Amino acid sequence: MIFDILNKPLAWYIAGPLIGLMVPLLYVIGNKAFGISSSFRHACATVLPKSIPYFNYDWKEKGGWNLKFALGILLGGILAQFTIPDNYHIDLATSTIQTLKGYGITDFSGFVPKELFTWNNVLTLQGISFMIIGGIMIGFGTRYASGCTAGHGITGMANLQKASLIATVSFFAGGMITTYFIIPFIIN
Amino acid sequence: MRFIFSGIFFGFVLVKSEVISWFRIQEMFLFDSIHMYGVFATAILTGFIAIQLIKRFELNDLSGNQIEITEKDNSVSFRYVAGGLIFGLGWACTGACPGPLYALIGAGYPIYFIPLVGAMVGAALYGRFQAKLKH
Repeated sequence: MIFDILNKPLAWYIAGPLIGLMVPLLYVIGNKAFGISSSFRHACATVLPKSIPYFNYDWKEKGGWNLKFALGILLGGILAQFTIPDNYHIDLATSTIQTLKGYGITDFSGFVPKELFTWNNVLTLQGISFMIIGGIMIGFGTRYASGCTAGHGITGMANLQKASLIATVSFFAGGMITTYFIIPFIIN
Repeated sequence: MRFIFSGIFFGFVLVKSEVISWFRIQEMFLFDSIHMYGVFATAILTGFIAIQLIKRFELNDLSGNQIEITEKDNSVSFRYVAGGLIFGLGWACTGACPGPLYALIGAGYPIYFIPLVGAMVGAALYGRFQAKLKH
C-alpha cells in the first residue's frame, strides 16, 4: 500500500508545500537561506585562485553547508530512482506532446528526451547548445542574478523581495525565448 | 549531516514531483499545464507563511541564535534582469534549474554531469569578469 503511493508521482499541491517547507527547515536547522546556485560558486572557490576576488573567501565556512545540501539532492535523486517504475511516462499535456513532436521529438519516456541528452550527442550542435552552452548559461546567469529558481523564485518571492520578483520574471522571459524560438530552430 | 539529509528530502521531492523533467519545463513555458505553476505558487505561499511566523515570533535556530532573514540587494535591478534572462535561456535548454541538475544525475541521468560542469564553468566566468559587468 505504502509502495503504491511511493510509486506514483506527487501532485503539485503536495509537492509545492513540501518544497516550500525547505525555507523554514534550513532557517531552523542552520540559519541558512534556501538556495542552490551558490554551490557553483563554492565549488569554484575550492579550486580557483584567490586572486579573483569573487572566489577569495573561506568556502568551507561560508559554503560548506550548501555543498553538502547539493550532494544530498543528488543522493535524494538516487533514492527516488528506486520508486520510479520501468517505462515511466510523465502525464504531459496532449498539446505539449503535439508541439514537441512538431519539433521532431519522438521518445517521451522517462524524464528527459533521450534523443537529445545522450553521450553521443555531447559534441553535436544540439548537444553543445542544450548541454554545454545551456549549462554555462545556468551558472553564469544565476551568479550574475545572485540566485536561481530556489533562492529568488521561492525564498526571495516568499520574502516579498523586489529583486527576486524582477529576477523571477526574467527567468521566465529567458525560458520562453528558448522554448518558442531557440529549441525549434536547433532541433529542426 | 543535517544539510545532507535536507538535500536528500528535497532531491527526492524534486524527482517524485517530476519538476526535474525537461518535458515538464517545456510544458510550463508553453502554458499547457498548471503542474509547475501550482508547485511554484504553493511553495511560495508555504515559504511566505513560514517567514511571517519566523518574523512574528522571532524564532531561533537549533543553536539558539535568532533566525536572520537576509534580503537581496534591492538597490540595483540590472543584474537581476540580465542574469535572469541568461539563466532562463539555459534553464529551458537543459530543462533543469540548479537543484534538478544535481537530482537528475542521481536519478539515472549521469549525462547531466555535462550541464553541471558547464554551470560551474559559467560561475567561474562570472567571477572572472564580475568587475567588468554592469550590476
